[in-house]
Amino acid sequence: MTIELKNLVKKFGAFTALDGVDLKIADGELLALLGPSGSGKTTLLRIIAGLDWPDAGEVRFDGENALTRGAGERHVGFVFQHYALFRHMTVFENVAFGLRVQPRAIRKDEAGIRARVKELLDLVQLDWLANRYPSQLSGGQRQRIALARALAIQPRILLLDEPFGALDAKVRKELRRWLRSLHEEINVTSVFVTHDQEEALEVANRVVVMDKGRIEQIGTPAEVYDRPATAFVHSFIGESVVLPVNVSDGQVWVGDQALNIKPNGAAPGPSHLFVRRHDMQVAPPGGGLRGSVRYLRTFGAVQRADIALTAGDGETLIEIDTPRDRPLQIGEVVELQPTRFRIFSA
Amino acid sequence: MTDGQISLRAAATDARTEPGLVRWIITGLAVLFLTVFVVLPLVLVFAEAFSRGVGAYFSALIEPEGLAAIRLTLLVAAISVALNLVFGLVAAWAITKFDFPGKSFLITLIDLPFSVSPVISGLLFVLLFGMQGFFGPWLQNHGIQILFAVPGIVLATVFVTFPFVARALIPLMQEQGTLEEEAAISLGASGLQTFFRITLPNIKWGVLYGVLLCNARAMGEFGAVSVVSGHIRGETNTMPLLVEILYNEYQFVAAFAIASLLAMLALVTLVVKTILERHLDEGQPVSDD
Repeated sequence: MTIELKNLVKKFGAFTALDGVDLKIADGELLALLGPSGSGKTTLLRIIAGLDWPDAGEVRFDGENALTRGAGERHVGFVFQHYALFRHMTVFENVAFGLRVQPRAIRKDEAGIRARVKELLDLVQLDWLANRYPSQLSGGQRQRIALARALAIQPRILLLDEPFGALDAKVRKELRRWLRSLHEEINVTSVFVTHDQEEALEVANRVVVMDKGRIEQIGTPAEVYDRPATAFVHSFIGESVVLPVNVSDGQVWVGDQALNIKPNGAAPGPSHLFVRRHDMQVAPPGGGLRGSVRYLRTFGAVQRADIALTAGDGETLIEIDTPRDRPLQIGEVVELQPTRFRIFSA
Repeated sequence: MTDGQISLRAAATDARTEPGLVRWIITGLAVLFLTVFVVLPLVLVFAEAFSRGVGAYFSALIEPEGLAAIRLTLLVAAISVALNLVFGLVAAWAITKFDFPGKSFLITLIDLPFSVSPVISGLLFVLLFGMQGFFGPWLQNHGIQILFAVPGIVLATVFVTFPFVARALIPLMQEQGTLEEEAAISLGASGLQTFFRITLPNIKWGVLYGVLLCNARAMGEFGAVSVVSGHIRGETNTMPLLVEILYNEYQFVAAFAIASLLAMLALVTLVVKTILERHLDEGQPVSDD
């Protein structure tokens, strides 16, 4: 199912959670909403689910207005951040809940419900836990039961709020892979919220980067990482070195030194140069970023150097790897050539 | 290394607990206090009630006045507990599941009966429904008797006991939050299904706890009921009121026999309360990893 969000606005008192969000989600997509806390991503998810209502804007499912329907009528599977399993019910009853509360006319009989729950527990590979209570499960197991419960009603969309947030690092990695393969298997349009860039880039087909209630960029993981659209995206995703520069006369200046890089259409005026540390290499003098070597370590074929770049009033310490065939000395002043960079107005 | 371990152990015995003498004094004081102020009076109630033998005890209980008081107390408790159960659930639900202006004022208001002297609570109803009261003349014209009758006693008891269920539920429901309800609704459950299948099972021990305390207070209430009852013998005397009347008339066996029933109610309440508290602890929300 496709989801279309138009100009969504949501305020909580003086706080603006969503400030005009437009988004189209394609059928069968696995989409990540990525942003820092307070960026509005969870609010957006809750509005799609019908657990919150926007102050303005539209939500359309397959072109149909979804705002006239309550959460229960939207056929949305929602996996809560802390799972919200029904603590007084067994795993089996948790998964069966959505089937048991269906209107009598379409409700399955007991045998039908049992068969469907069994099928779902097999899908999440936890059929052996059917008679346990949520408090007896590990975090990863609860997560998968929450997913099975959400899938029981055959949702048209699956929404997951920080699906791996409460898990430890090892389980998290496993579940990521598992969620991807599950999505390929059931192919339901899925949206998940995360503040973890690695998670978003690894799991999703498409990533929506949000900040302060606005969408900063929409793109594939590679696009978002390699061609960040805004300064926020560049610094939020991956490690960035940020240097104050000035753009004028078609040149990029650090202090009074002109760099040998093109402004790439950046507007004249004070700006910031964003470079990832692996997109810089030591180059012969001639318009690179100047800095002095502070510390050196050697691992096999590479040497790792801490270089203090002179930029603006202060220094920016960066760590880069260079080949050993260009030996460096502590205290040496070198030039670093950015091979890939972005310039955004300050 | 060895030295370190020894000194560590010695330090541990010193730091972790008080010297023996201090422990004995503190514990002894607590036990003495409880004995003098709680156990002794309780024993005396039963001793006095049975002072002329078992026969005298039971014949005091089945006196028409005694039976009438027991019947009235049970009736009043049943009505006020039922009303306060509904009120408490509704109030706790409203306060914990919704946000609305004046919420903290409502919470304060719920506590009002705890902070007002029961006699004042009783007087309040006299002011409202008495002959010189606000609704008095109107009620008189329509032949409705509230004061010095069962309705007045029920009203006063409801007022005095209404915080119990709400107070037991609000912290519990606040802690549990609304996530399970949201999950149920997004799975297609209706409001009623959500209440009966999710909310109620999660708070059932809290509900029982509130009902228990509410009932104990409803049966034992003296001050407020005393003001509105009118002390009509065999008609508007509840058990606590009858105890006072019998005592003032030097009918000690009868007074203490009725009092012993109230004391037994208190003991049963204590035991059940302990059991319920154990269940309440089990009902804590599932923690995250």
